[in-house]
Amino acid sequence: MLREIGVRSIDDLFAPIPPDSRVSGDLNIPRQMAESEIFDYFRQRSAENALGYTSFLGAGAYYHYRPVVIDSLISRGEFFTAYTPYQPEIAQGTLQAIFEFQTMICELTGMEVANASMYDGSTAATEAVLMADRITGRTGAVIARSVHPEYREVLTTYAKNQGMSLAEVGYQENGRVDLAALDEAVTDKTSCVLIQSPNFFGTLEDAAAIADIAHKKGALLVVAIAEAVSLGIVRPPVEADIVAMEAQSFGVPVGFGGPYAGVIATKEKFVRQMPGRLVGETVDKQGRRGFVLTLSTREQHIRREKATSNICTNQALIALMATVFMTVYGREGIRELAQQNLAKTAYAAEEFGRKGKVLFSGAPRFNEFVVQTKDDSRAINDRLLDRKIVGGFPLKRFYPELGNASLWCFTELSPRAAIDAAAKEVV
Amino acid sequence: MSDRDIKKATTHVNQNEGLIMEKSSPGKKAYKLPPLDVPDVNVSKILGKLERKDEEAAELPEVSEIEIIRHFTRISTWNYGVDTGLYPLGSCTMKYNARINEVVARMDGLAGAHPYQPEKLSQGAMKILQLLSECLIEITGMDAITLQPAAGAHGELTGILLVRAYLESQGNPRKKILIPDSAHGTNPATAAIAGYAVENLKSNEKGMVDLVALEKQVTEDVAALMLTNPSTIGVYESDIHRIAEILHRKGALLYMDGANMNALCGKTQPGKNGVDVMHLNLHKTFSTPHGGGGPGSGPVACKKILEPFLPTPVVVEKSDGTLGFEYNRPHSIGRVRAFYGNFGMHVRALAYILANGPDGLRQTTEDAVLNANYIRKKLEGIYELPYKTQTLHEVVFNDRIQQLKGVKTGDVAKRLIDYGFHSYTVSFPLIVHGAMMIEPTESESKEELDLFIDAMKSIAKECEEEPETVLNAPHTTRISRLDEVRAARQPILRWKKQAKSAAE
Repeated sequence: MLREIGVRSIDDLFAPIPPDSRVSGDLNIPRQMAESEIFDYFRQRSAENALGYTSFLGAGAYYHYRPVVIDSLISRGEFFTAYTPYQPEIAQGTLQAIFEFQTMICELTGMEVANASMYDGSTAATEAVLMADRITGRTGAVIARSVHPEYREVLTTYAKNQGMSLAEVGYQENGRVDLAALDEAVTDKTSCVLIQSPNFFGTLEDAAAIADIAHKKGALLVVAIAEAVSLGIVRPPVEADIVAMEAQSFGVPVGFGGPYAGVIATKEKFVRQMPGRLVGETVDKQGRRGFVLTLSTREQHIRREKATSNICTNQALIALMATVFMTVYGREGIRELAQQNLAKTAYAAEEFGRKGKVLFSGAPRFNEFVVQTKDDSRAINDRLLDRKIVGGFPLKRFYPELGNASLWCFTELSPRAAIDAAAKEVV
Repeated sequence: MSDRDIKKATTHVNQNEGLIMEKSSPGKKAYKLPPLDVPDVNVSKILGKLERKDEEAAELPEVSEIEIIRHFTRISTWNYGVDTGLYPLGSCTMKYNARINEVVARMDGLAGAHPYQPEKLSQGAMKILQLLSECLIEITGMDAITLQPAAGAHGELTGILLVRAYLESQGNPRKKILIPDSAHGTNPATAAIAGYAVENLKSNEKGMVDLVALEKQVTEDVAALMLTNPSTIGVYESDIHRIAEILHRKGALLYMDGANMNALCGKTQPGKNGVDVMHLNLHKTFSTPHGGGGPGSGPVACKKILEPFLPTPVVVEKSDGTLGFEYNRPHSIGRVRAFYGNFGMHVRALAYILANGPDGLRQTTEDAVLNANYIRKKLEGIYELPYKTQTLHEVVFNDRIQQLKGVKTGDVAKRLIDYGFHSYTVSFPLIVHGAMMIEPTESESKEELDLFIDAMKSIAKECEEEPETVLNAPHTTRISRLDEVRAARQPILRWKKQAKSAAE
C-alpha cells in the first residue's frame, strides 16, 4: 500500500507532524494484553466491588430486573455498531425503534412529543429548564430542594453562564414542595418551576397544585422523573409543560452511574424549542411509510451557535434498551411491576417504623422513603454490610438539616427477609 | 452500469414488519413477576387521586416474547453497522467494536455497581477510573483529567467552562471564542452555552489556520481558540506551537477538539504541543460502540493550571491507600452530569487500551492514516481533491466533477448504498462545497478498501454515462429516498391508534 501511495515508509505519512513533536518511544501505558488477560483484569476489578449483596440504594439509580431479551437484542451488531441514522434508507431499524420509543414515552408521561434521548436525567432536567427560558423569554427558575441534589448541581453549572437566577424552595413536613413558599417565590419573571416526582425522598408531588401556581404567573412547570417505573401506577404529570425523565429504571444496569438515558417530553407547541434528535414519520417516493431524523434546524450541525443545544451524540442504544423493556412489560406488566414496588415499600415502611422514624408519612410515596435514626447512618450501614446488605443512602452531605437520615429504596427485587433483617438494625 | 459491477452486495429478501404497537393485542404477555412475598396493597388507599387508573394506563404494546425477538431482529436487519462493512463516516471514526469490551462491561460487579455504594465496595470501579485516567493523560500529554462528560459536545462544554473559570480567577472571563470555519457545529453551539460570543476564523488556502489572521483576531477579548487537530479535512496543524504562542501571549488558551485523535494516538501528545485543554471521544478513538447515536463519553484532559476547576468529584488516593471520591473542591466548575459519567464506556475504553498497549495504539494510528491515504491516492482525480495538503486519517473530496452531470455528493452517497456500503459524511466540512468526507479507520483490510474504491470509481463512471441511476439511488433498499420536507412540515412524531383505523 505504501508503494501505491508513493511513499517510502509509514513515517512519510506523518511528515506534517514536526519531528520534535513526535513521540519517540513507547507511551507509558500498560503493555498489550491477550484477551484472556483483559478478561482476568476486569474480573478482578469486578470482584473488588460489592458482589452478592442485597442493596437498598436508589437515589436516582434503581435496581430492577432486566429481562434477558434486552441484552440479546441490543447486542445485534446492526444496532450497536451503527451510528446516528443520517442515511435513513439503511438505518430504518434504528429510526423505527426510536419512533416506537418516542411513542411509548408519550404514552407513559402523558406528553405529546418526546425526543430521542439526552445524556441522562440530570442533563435532561437542565436542558428542560433552558428550554423553558427560551419559550418564556425569562431567565429565572424556581427549583424545589427535593429535586435530586446532583441534578440541581448540574443545573447550577449550566445556569451560571446563561445569566439565569435559580431560587430554591424547601419542603414541608410531609416531604412535598412547600406550596406557600413556592407561591411567594414564583414571580412574573420566573421562566419555570422545576420539581421532581417522585421527589428525591420518594414522595409524590401534587403536580396539579404546583402547575396552578406556576401557570398563574405565566411560568412553565418542568417535572423531573428519576424513577420511571413509578409511571406504571402513578398518574403522569399531565399538567406539566415539560417532563424531563431518566429512563435507567427501564432495563438499564445501574452500572456505577452510567450510561443512562435522559428524555425530554413536552407539548407539541413547544417542539421547536426542544433540544435533541427527533424521528418523524414520512413516505418514500413510492408512498411507503418510513422514518427520518426531522426538525433538525433546531440542532447544532445546522444552526451552530444558534442551536437549541450543543448535544450531538445521544444515548440511542440505551433508549433501545428502554424500548425493549417497555415492550416486555407492556400495558399490564408495567402496572403490575409498579404495584410490587409499592407493596414492598409499604411493607418496609411498616417494618422500619418499628425502631426508626420514617419521615414524610403525610403524603403518598412510591418506592423510597427517608428514615431518621439515633445512630449515625454510616455506622448502621457498616453493621449491615456484615449481613451482606448495602443500606440506604446517607443524606448528611445533601440534607444536613435531617440529621442522621438515610434514603432507602425497595423494588420488586428486594427480598422480604433482607427487609426484615435491615429493619432490625435501623435504630 | 449493471449490477455485476456491484461486488460487495446482492439483494435478498428481508422481512416486512410494522410498528410494535400495531402488533399489540390485549392479554398477550412477555413477562412473569414472582409472587409477592409481602402483603399486597390497596393502591387507591395509598395513592388516592394520584393513582393511575386503568383507563389512564399507558398503552404499551402487549406482545409475546418471540414477537419481541422477531420484531427487533427484523428491523435490525434494515440497518447497516460496522459489523456489516466499511462505514466511512468522516470525523466519526467508525472502527471495530471488540466483543471482549462488551463482555467485561457486563460483569456483575461492574454493571451491577450502584454509584452510591460504599467506597470500600467500589474499589474495583475506582481502579478502572484511575487507570483509564492515567492512560488518557499519558496519551494526551496532559496533567489532569475528568471522565464525567457523557459525550464529545458535553466534553467541549466542560473544557470551555474550565477555560472560563480559569480566566475568571485571573480577573476577567473575556468575551469571545475563536472557531475556524472548518469546525464541527458543536463547537460554536458549545461556546454559546458557555456564555461566549463566537468569532469565525477563516482557513487559509491549505485549509489550515491562517496565522496572520489569527494574530490580528487574538485580542484581550478572546478567551480561547477551539481547534480541531487534525482539522475536519484531515490536515495536521503543523504550526500548532505557534498558534498556542500567539494565544498565550495575549492570555488566551488553546482548546483542542480531540474528535480526530485517532490520527495522533501514540504519535504525538497534544499537551506537549501547547494545547491547554482538550476532549476525547471514547466512542471514536477508543472503540466504544456508537449504538445508533450513542452513548458516547467525552473525557476532558487539561494542564495543571486548569486542574483546580475540574468537575466534582475526582478520584483520589486516600491516606490508607484506598481510593475515594473527593468532593471538596472549592474552585470546581461544579458538576456537568450526575454520578461519574458513562462508566460503562470507561470500562470498554480501558479494555481497548489494554488490548493495544503502546505499540498497538501506535500501529492503530499508522494503519488508520495508511488506509485514508490509500483511498486518497486511488480516488484523486476521479473525485476532485479541493485541498492538496497532506492529510492524515481522513480525506475530503468534493463533487465538482460529478456536478457537471448534475450529480451531487448526496447522490453519490445514496448510490454507495447499492454497492453495499454506508456512505461517507455528506456536505461537511462547510469550507468544502459538496464535500465527501471519508474516514476508513484502521479496522479495514485492503480487500474491503479496494471494494470501496472500485465502487466509488464505478459510481463516478455512472455519473458520466447514466447520471439518472445515481440521481435516483438507492435502488436496492426496502424503501427509496424519503420525503424529508414532508416530515418537517407535517411532523408525525409518535404513533396513534386512531391513525391506524383511519387508514384501514
